Amino acid sequence: MTEFEPNIIAFVCNWCTYTAADLAGTSRQSYPKNMRLVRVMCTGMVDSQYIIKAFMEGADGVLVSGCHPGDCHYINGNYKARRRMKMLKEILPLFGFEPQRLRLTWIGASDGIQFAETMRELTEQVRVLGPSQAKSGMVL
Amino acid sequence: MAITAKINVKDNDISAAIREFFISVLDTEDVSAILIPQHLPMKKMLMPTLVTDPQKLETADPLAPCFPMNAARLVSRLTRKPIGGKILVVLRPCEIRAFYELVKLNQGTMDELIIAGVDCLGAYKNSDYLRFLKQHGDKATEIFYQNALNGKTEITEGIDISPACKSCENPIPEGADILIGLLGADISNHLMIQAQSPKGEAVLKRLNLSEAEEPSSRKEAVSALISKRSSYRDEIFLKTHEATDTLDKLNNYLANCVNCYNCRVACPVCYCKECVFVTDVFNHEPYQYIKWAKRKGMIKMPADTVFYHLTRMAHISAACVGCGQCSNACPNDIPLAELFRMVAWQTQKAFDYTAGKSLDEKPPLSVFREDEFQEIVGIK
Repeated sequence: MTEFEPNIIAFVCNWCTYTAADLAGTSRQSYPKNMRLVRVMCTGMVDSQYIIKAFMEGADGVLVSGCHPGDCHYINGNYKARRRMKMLKEILPLFGFEPQRLRLTWIGASDGIQFAETMRELTEQVRVLGPSQAKSGMVL
Repeated sequence: MAITAKINVKDNDISAAIREFFISVLDTEDVSAILIPQHLPMKKMLMPTLVTDPQKLETADPLAPCFPMNAARLVSRLTRKPIGGKILVVLRPCEIRAFYELVKLNQGTMDELIIAGVDCLGAYKNSDYLRFLKQHGDKATEIFYQNALNGKTEITEGIDISPACKSCENPIPEGADILIGLLGADISNHLMIQAQSPKGEAVLKRLNLSEAEEPSSRKEAVSALISKRSSYRDEIFLKTHEATDTLDKLNNYLANCVNCYNCRVACPVCYCKECVFVTDVFNHEPYQYIKWAKRKGMIKMPADTVFYHLTRMAHISAACVGCGQCSNACPNDIPLAELFRMVAWQTQKAFDYTAGKSLDEKPPLSVFREDEFQEIVGIK
């Protein structure tokens, strides 16, 4: 049996986590091909509907990743993102979504190695969870 | 602050007593208009009306067990800009709470507003109310209140107050400037009227009402009603959770949805001027639908149904006041109020917030603290 390959959508902020992904690349760090990065200017612009849409389209996991607290280039976008993630983490599990499929991390621009490690670990975690229920059943 | 007075009831007609009270308020000329539910001359349905002439309050019926829409939206329209005069609005407790939410979102102001509220014993959904009204005619409101105060809301077989009302633990208009109390009062004789703010006090002072004590049995009657409602609410939460705890079940729950978005239009706290779901963002390319269909062999059309409802939960559940208008507006009788209340309960608890309770509590998604919710960060 072939191993389950999850699809994970990662919304990464331009200034920190995307830069870290870039650094991981230039430092020849490797990370799983399961990640699909969506570059946004700030995690503060990631509306809940983007995340819900990703799940409805069959993503097995969604990651939102931005600057460490205090480092946001728009002063407080990451704090707003954290509140929205809190909101979704209260709502989605009510309908049987495993909360581990939805993750928020802070990865700074210089953390290329940490970026690659996080991607590897997250992919493994979602692989263990198996395919999302939105994938198998019919979704209205 | 707490002036308590009574208004006398003649011939058991509490509606008339309340009507006379509002006529006297409008007569004082300090209030330039009243927004109050009233039976329209051309039809018997109840509608909010904006009245400036005291003689035009003849068919006002704020106690009728019906609210065709949540009037918070209308009050928001009336208070968006200064209008140079005071308006008194007669609202249900859930309408007051919804309006508070809109004020916090800068979609209404309190400056020229006086809010009056009546103890709420619940409302029928619009279609049920019309049947009830047809059966009982002019006595409908009176019959409802006399029964409901004794705990009986299903007076005509098959017509009961909505599940949202049955499970509402906020039947007292706490945010009103003027409270009209039925619970605990001897309504064959008088109603209680109480000023809950300096604005309300100013109105009552001008009217020379006879002062009175709060009825001694009021507290007990209020807490009995609240505990009855709360236990019904908990039952509903259990039932709804059981019916929706997987995505498959949620699909099943929402299967009758035709994406009419009536629930969003009826929702008093769905605050966007233009909803993303009616913009071109959701006017997908025709080939896109085919692509989606090919993935699983079929999709339901119109698409994006569960997506829409989940997004609405994420956007407004923190502001949900549980008025039940989403269910009232649904053409296919999806029990949306139960679903949204359950979600709202969960999210408001998470942010330690109660929608519509206080103007000082900021909406959860409009503020943040630096050191909160650390536990949701990271992948451990």
